[in-house]
Amino acid sequence: MNTVSSSLGASAGSVARSMQLAMAGLLGLFVIGFVGFSHMEVVHNAGHDYRHSMAFPCH
Amino acid sequence: MTLFRNVVFIAAIAGLLSGIVMTAMQTYATVPLILKAETFENAEGGGHEHAAPATDSAQTAVPAAEVAAPAHEHEEEGWAPADGFERFAFTALANIVTGIGFALVLVAVSELAGGIANWRQGIFWGFAGFAVFTLAPGLGLPPELPAMPAADLAARQVWWIGTVVATAAGLGLIAFRSSLAFSLVGVALMVAPHLLGAPQPASHESPIPPDLHHQFVVAVTVTNLIFWVVLGAAVGVIRGRFTGTATSLRDSFA
Repeated sequence: MNTVSSSLGASAGSVARSMQLAMAGLLGLFVIGFVGFSHMEVVHNAGHDYRHSMAFPCH
Repeated sequence: MTLFRNVVFIAAIAGLLSGIVMTAMQTYATVPLILKAETFENAEGGGHEHAAPATDSAQTAVPAAEVAAPAHEHEEEGWAPADGFERFAFTALANIVTGIGFALVLVAVSELAGGIANWRQGIFWGFAGFAVFTLAPGLGLPPELPAMPAADLAARQVWWIGTVVATAAGLGLIAFRSSLAFSLVGVALMVAPHLLGAPQPASHESPIPPDLHHQFVVAVTVTNLIFWVVLGAAVGVIRGRFTGTATSLRDSFA
């Protein structure tokens, strides 16, 4: 599915495209990192059951 | 920034949906096992207090593990959600927020490869996500219950992240570079973290019954598999709605 008509944001140039996708991906990694890997006590306690259930390294 | 906005929009809907599904699954499959494990943890002498009576044999038997894993002392420190609804609400929130985070990564990476065209393709992308984020790191660092001994937290996080990156890169090389050399490098990348080995505690001795732990490993792995399949399929369906109804998303949306 590489045709232009089937891609999101068809009219963006290829460099701009990659930049925007990279930003979206980094935003996602930042969110996961903060909720799942932050050493902050409050964040850890709030997401405790979540971290165990996702098998993220905990404690 | 149209593309960025559309990626975020699709990820938000797909992540919300799969986060809700994940919360429902965890409520029945994993959280009861965590609560059960916490009863062993609390029975083991006031939540791993080093100042516990000297007759506590579990404490004296594995001093090295205790040093490596100052487990669960946070009952006394800092804020934690109250048991019951509040604790459930924060688990749900964490699931939805990170569901959107995983969706952002999935949509961004899949767009680079041409995009997820339908729910069936989405399921295969979901399998890839499951392999990268659950299966590969879970081989070296199986899901843990509270009160189980573990190596240094930072070392495990580094190994976890390194394994995820290497596995994703390996899968990408195999899937999107059609040459034998790249495929061999891809396999090597996926195997390397396991040759290196995950950080392990000095002793695996723990008050948690092996049966309970095994149940938990299965529950975590299966719930994550379903989470990723739902996430991938949802991205495929939602993205298909966008691109199927108009030739150019930029003109039709937002």
